[in-house]
Amino acid sequence: MKTDDLVMMLARGNIAVAPRAIERRFVAGIGLGAIATILLMIASLGVREDLVAAAGLPMFWVKLLFAASLALASLVAVSRLARPGVSLGLAPVAVASPVLALWLLGLASLVAAMPNQRSALLFGETWVVCPLLIAMLAMPVFIGTLWIMAGLAPTRLRLAGAAGGLLSGAIATLFYSLHCPEMGAPFLAVWYVLGIAIPTALGGLLGPRVLRW
Amino acid sequence: MKSNGQAEANEMRLRALLLQSLVGDGSAYHVFLKEMTAHLRAFFRRRLSSLPDEVEDLLQETLLALHNQRHTYDPVQPLTAWVHAIAKYKLIDMLRRRSKRELLHEPLDEDSSLFSYADLEAADARHDLALFLDQLPQQQRLPIIHMKLQGLSVAEAAALTGMSESAIKVGVHRGLKALAALFGASS
Repeated sequence: MKTDDLVMMLARGNIAVAPRAIERRFVAGIGLGAIATILLMIASLGVREDLVAAAGLPMFWVKLLFAASLALASLVAVSRLARPGVSLGLAPVAVASPVLALWLLGLASLVAAMPNQRSALLFGETWVVCPLLIAMLAMPVFIGTLWIMAGLAPTRLRLAGAAGGLLSGAIATLFYSLHCPEMGAPFLAVWYVLGIAIPTALGGLLGPRVLRW
Repeated sequence: MKSNGQAEANEMRLRALLLQSLVGDGSAYHVFLKEMTAHLRAFFRRRLSSLPDEVEDLLQETLLALHNQRHTYDPVQPLTAWVHAIAKYKLIDMLRRRSKRELLHEPLDEDSSLFSYADLEAADARHDLALFLDQLPQQQRLPIIHMKLQGLSVAEAAALTGMSESAIKVGVHRGLKALAALFGASS
């Protein structure tokens, strides 16, 4: 087929694009993923029993704020990476800020603590399972974000995959913090971040394979 | 060499054409794709002066990609940036595929490739899209043939094939994506 014939062929028929097609894809992929994550959490973990009491503590809100701001920043990164020729802009700064803030808070809390309390602040009681549970909860949204990007046109596949993984990890953390009893900033700075890093690394690994177009 | 002013005027005109196309104006889209073809051919020729045989294939693959990904164009974004990113992605993808292939085959091909770089060939695609079309499953091939090649409407194509109208639309959409994938798989 000559190129001119191809051009003729492509221009024929119904070529209109549904308005807001991309936005609807994001809502579907993340929405369904988040619903699956909530169901998965209800089925396997449940919310912490002292949720109402915990909601009175500042640290509870710090956790939610950390996860929500990271989710928002990585959503911006994903939506930019999913379109050809759109630069990341300040998205990397927005992604790094909540993590850096949490690390500073964790460090400050360790420095201020009595030496014999530091180990408890860092390891809490659930450090063994925390990163794995976050990674598990991230999987539905992880699949959702890869599905979103597979229908769009990312050109930096590894970065796009990693940003999708980061978004899934941040959303999982948002829900996980309703279950997790840990309230120490050093704990969050290490184990929450590690939990989010797992789907991020997985996304970076899978991106070049599954996002090609 | 084009001046900046000309490039800017092109950008504005082509962008307007694409925006009209995205709401369904087929003739605007035809003009858009024709001009894109010329720009992209020049773009690839400049970058593939040692691989002239690849230009037309890459051009066709990129045109299919522009079409399949047209929903990813954001109207607030410069069109040049969008097209350039897609063209560059396809160029790198092709070079990567090629270098992988050459690692395996090049020593055997060295002599025979001497005569394959003829200028006359440069305008012919090595891969025939019509053959790719034959490889598609029927529920994708027929909608493309009836709507895209013969120019029938959705309703006519549906009546002719016995498929539903939505199956026709989905068939065209998926079929064009499958054609793009066959480029990547075959070279």
